[in-house]
Amino acid sequence: MSATMLQLNAVRRVFGTGRGETTALDGVSLSVAAGELVAIMGPSGSGKSTLLTLAGGLDKPTSGGVRVGDADLVRSDAEALATLRRRTVGYVFQDLNLLPTLTAVENVAVPLELDGASARAARREAHDALAAVGLAGLEDRFPDALSGGEQQRTAIARACVGPRRLLLADEPTGALDSLAGEQVLGVLRERADAGLAVVLVTHEARYAAWADRVVFLRDGRAQDQAGPPAGPETLLADSDVTP
Amino acid sequence: MAIRNALLALLADGPKHGYQLKVEFEAATGGSWPLNIGQVYTTLQRCARDGLVEPAEASGSDARQRRYQLTDAGREVLDAWLAAPVDRDPPQRDELAVKLLVVLAASAADPAVVIQAQRTATLERLQRLNQLARGADPADDLAWLLVADHLIFQAEAEVRWLDLCEQRLARAGHGAVAAAARRAVAAGRAGDRGEDAGGAAADAPRDAQPEAGGSR
Ligand SMILES: Nc1ncnc2c1ncn2[C@@H]1O[C@H](COP(=O)(O)OP(=O)(O)OP(=O)(O)O)[C@@H](O)[C@H]1O
Ligand SMILES: [Mg+2]
Repeated sequence: MSATMLQLNAVRRVFGTGRGETTALDGVSLSVAAGELVAIMGPSGSGKSTLLTLAGGLDKPTSGGVRVGDADLVRSDAEALATLRRRTVGYVFQDLNLLPTLTAVENVAVPLELDGASARAARREAHDALAAVGLAGLEDRFPDALSGGEQQRTAIARACVGPRRLLLADEPTGALDSLAGEQVLGVLRERADAGLAVVLVTHEARYAAWADRVVFLRDGRAQDQAGPPAGPETLLADSDVTP
Repeated sequence: MAIRNALLALLADGPKHGYQLKVEFEAATGGSWPLNIGQVYTTLQRCARDGLVEPAEASGSDARQRRYQLTDAGREVLDAWLAAPVDRDPPQRDELAVKLLVVLAASAADPAVVIQAQRTATLERLQRLNQLARGADPADDLAWLLVADHLIFQAEAEVRWLDLCEQRLARAGHGAVAAAARRAVAAGRAGDRGEDAGGAAADAPRDAQPEAGGSR
């Protein structure tokens, strides 16, 4: 069994007070192992992004536990959380992931340099990370000269550099067409297969289908929906693919 | 009809015999649509009778070895088929849509449970399709990949529809949706396609509205 990288335990997150009170998460438990890709689906407002921000140490739960590897995020102070975000957890959003005044390779090198790597070492590692997401040759482009899909893959490369072990992606395919979205999913899948724990929030079932498990959120509660998938063999026996 | 036209299309680049057409059809459709060889021969014979194909010169008298070629009339039929968009009307009845609507109309079960069960199954199906598509080589297995994409989009559309149904149900409250479904059913029975069934009934999927006049 692979090590558990992310563990949410009966997590509640309540925003506001009194009549403006919103329960975004209402007792969600979830664990994601190294090497596993888990997709989170659910209607708008069901708490998907809230879950990711808690997992990424950007926010703290009202109650319940959040652990990333050995770190207890609820007990961690701001500095420890900042270190965690720099080293252990990578985050990819729907858009606006990149700094427009830095080239692709510089963008990817940022977390490494923030973490104390020499500019040279950071650049070398960023270079390799871009190659790993299929962007060799585009290192020196500025974000506005990259397509949406290329920008997202750059963002994933940045979210994976260094000793990162948990990758959180919030609708990374939101603005992409099917083929570009598929490439982004291919990269996420590869990162998971290479040992990262990956959590993907998506509205699109066809992307969720790349995951080992799909978790469905509704009204702040989670239920396991599907997977791990049975072998594909069962599919061709389905009568509906024949006339 | 689709098979006849597909076989005519496969004859566009030269004469072929029945078995060859079967093999080419199955390869073209990525193995997703197995053809019965008997069906191929019957279709060819019917096409010959209708003057759409004719035995190619110098092909043997043995029916199995006989190669067929397109006639001018066959080419016309083929061109007409290729030029015309595929007609989707009337929409095919979908068992899932009907199931959900009758559940609502008669409060036969908790619709949320029906939706949930289907979504789980469809997501699992999507996962399996996705595994298959991922294993395909975009160059060598292009036909199969396109077939898989087609099935994937259909499954995804179903999940999206289920999500939307669930949200509409939650928003409207079951009573209101059940009433709307009953109105839609009543309108269908009257031979009406649902336009008069009122705003809420428009929430029911158009392609699932029961039509008057039995099965297609
Ligand atoms: N900072 C905040 N302050 C107050 N309420 C918030 C805050 N963040 C989220 N919420 C509320 O919590 C609930 C869950 O929001 P969240 O962003 O997690 O939903 P989501 O599932 O990501 O939706 P979407 O699919 O639209 O992105 C919503 O009702 C939202 O209004
Ligand atoms: Mg969100």
